[in-house]
Amino acid sequence: MYTRGQVRGFLHLYIGEEAIAVGAISQLLPHDYIVTHYRDHGHALARGLDPNRAMAELFGRIDGLSKGKGGSMHLFDTEKGFIGGHAIVGGQFPLAAGLALSHQYRKSDGVCVVFFGDGSTNQGTYHEVMNLAAVWKLPILFFLENNLYGMGSRFDRVRAGGEDFYPGAATYGIDHAAVVDGMDVMAVQEATKLALESIRSGNGPAFIEAKTFRFQGHSMADPVKYRDRSETETWEARDPLNTFPRDLLDQNLFTEAELAEIRSSVDAEVAAAVKFAEDSPFPPDEELFTDIYA
Amino acid sequence: MTEITFRQALQRGLREALDADPNVFLMGEDIGKYDGAYAVTQGLLEKYGPDRVRDTPISEAAFVGAGVGAAVAGLRPVVELMSMSFSLVASDQIVNMAAKIRYMSGGQLKVPMVLRAPTGGGVQLAATHSQSFENWYASVPGLKVVTPSTPYDALGLLRSSIEDDNPVIFAENALLYATRGDVPDAEYFVPIGVADVKRTGTDITLVGWAHGIVTLMAAAEKLAETGVSAEVVDLRSLRPLDMETVIESVEKTGRALVLDENWRTAGFGAEIAAEIGYRSSDYLDGPVARVSGTDTPSPYSRPLEQLGIPQVAWVIDEIEKTYGI
Repeated sequence: MYTRGQVRGFLHLYIGEEAIAVGAISQLLPHDYIVTHYRDHGHALARGLDPNRAMAELFGRIDGLSKGKGGSMHLFDTEKGFIGGHAIVGGQFPLAAGLALSHQYRKSDGVCVVFFGDGSTNQGTYHEVMNLAAVWKLPILFFLENNLYGMGSRFDRVRAGGEDFYPGAATYGIDHAAVVDGMDVMAVQEATKLALESIRSGNGPAFIEAKTFRFQGHSMADPVKYRDRSETETWEARDPLNTFPRDLLDQNLFTEAELAEIRSSVDAEVAAAVKFAEDSPFPPDEELFTDIYA
Repeated sequence: MTEITFRQALQRGLREALDADPNVFLMGEDIGKYDGAYAVTQGLLEKYGPDRVRDTPISEAAFVGAGVGAAVAGLRPVVELMSMSFSLVASDQIVNMAAKIRYMSGGQLKVPMVLRAPTGGGVQLAATHSQSFENWYASVPGLKVVTPSTPYDALGLLRSSIEDDNPVIFAENALLYATRGDVPDAEYFVPIGVADVKRTGTDITLVGWAHGIVTLMAAAEKLAETGVSAEVVDLRSLRPLDMETVIESVEKTGRALVLDENWRTAGFGAEIAAEIGYRSSDYLDGPVARVSGTDTPSPYSRPLEQLGIPQVAWVIDEIEKTYGI
């Protein structure tokens, strides 16, 4: 759709990282909040946001989640507790702290999960909010999707602190910090379950680092000149979209026919979403001036 | 009516809001145990407790953005910055988060947050602590910017700001904290976006806001001595901006002077002057007169600092130069 010109602007694909969103978000309660970065399609779909309206948003149409005003990087659905899609790297951390604070203030058992990439850990807001969350014991799960690259810069070109980020959490007083294989959906699910249990029992924030890789470039504009194809191939061999179904077959939990049926239903869902988006009109002119003030 | 200070007016507004609405809470640097850098929140921690009067780390981006998060979740945070100058550290959260999240979510979210900050110069805090970035924020759609000049307006505008469902930058010129004025004992509101004629006159309209009004009122007194009747219009908020009141006054008096205590180039006063010129040139006896702070950083040394801050004499001289009165 991007190459056909239906989707414009920046588009950051989540391909390769799906096991994280699916595994982590499966463990959330309906009243939990999710805040994420601009590579947000995976989280949105995993949280059950309407794929039709998500696609319409990418198309810039009035039936999009944000009436076409946010675009790919800014998906929102308050009914699902999905508070963006944020496109300033690291800008989402303070927002997540405030959402977590609202749960604490109201003595709710709700949690806020904030997804972020390795690139954002070099922003001040990352450090500020880790500290604030620990001092106030906020119910927040810091979920690092470490895909090794911040745009075109591999982590070790912009960080001297080594390949693991999760040990740093302890320096802020965040004791529950774990690392998990981000290509393994079941492992992500289990790690998230444990972290949420810790948070909901009042221990304050937790931290998970998932090791992962984006198979595509940073955005559609990225020719990927900064890394060897072989590195991508190594990770592609562990694509959760292949390995997980294989595991299910090996364990006799699903049959080939059942998996094929799931795949074709997904294809149909995508086709329907594209159709929905194509049929939705562009926003009327007056929408330029609405939603600025409540 | 009771005569109170600007500072007391603000504290009264905060206390009322904390009493009236359990969703209102305060947060900021040293607003609790320390009692607030400018003592606006003095005694509030003791009365309302640490959940509602929250001391924060020195992390402006974190706690301003946390205010946005709490506000979109339905709470009504009143966040204090120790200085408007420090808002730059949090400016991404103000401009890209508070002001944009409603629009980018297609109207799904609202941000009922007040961001209070002492602002302005004149007390030898040097270049990084004497700035008034409310002028900048006034150009950002999605924000409201209020700039009270009296205890009456401070209380009335604070009440309106806390009840507003949008992010409000509440600029408190630090030179005003100790100024006094009459405030009704009964509840009243000053709506955001309505300018106020602080003194009526027939010969010239003097437009300003916040501490600039102190200078303009003194200038109007001085002008009266020479038989010039000046009308003083206090904008009270920069966004939304009530140009109607300004234009009505200018078209009555036929002369206009705009006082902006901050930098002249691309300052907010330039916007007002341009708008008056555009809309009312047929009514004017000459160009719109402008007085502003010098285009310099604010120096520490008192004589130097004062050289950069608009004085009553500047206003008088500028009027004489422009209109010959």
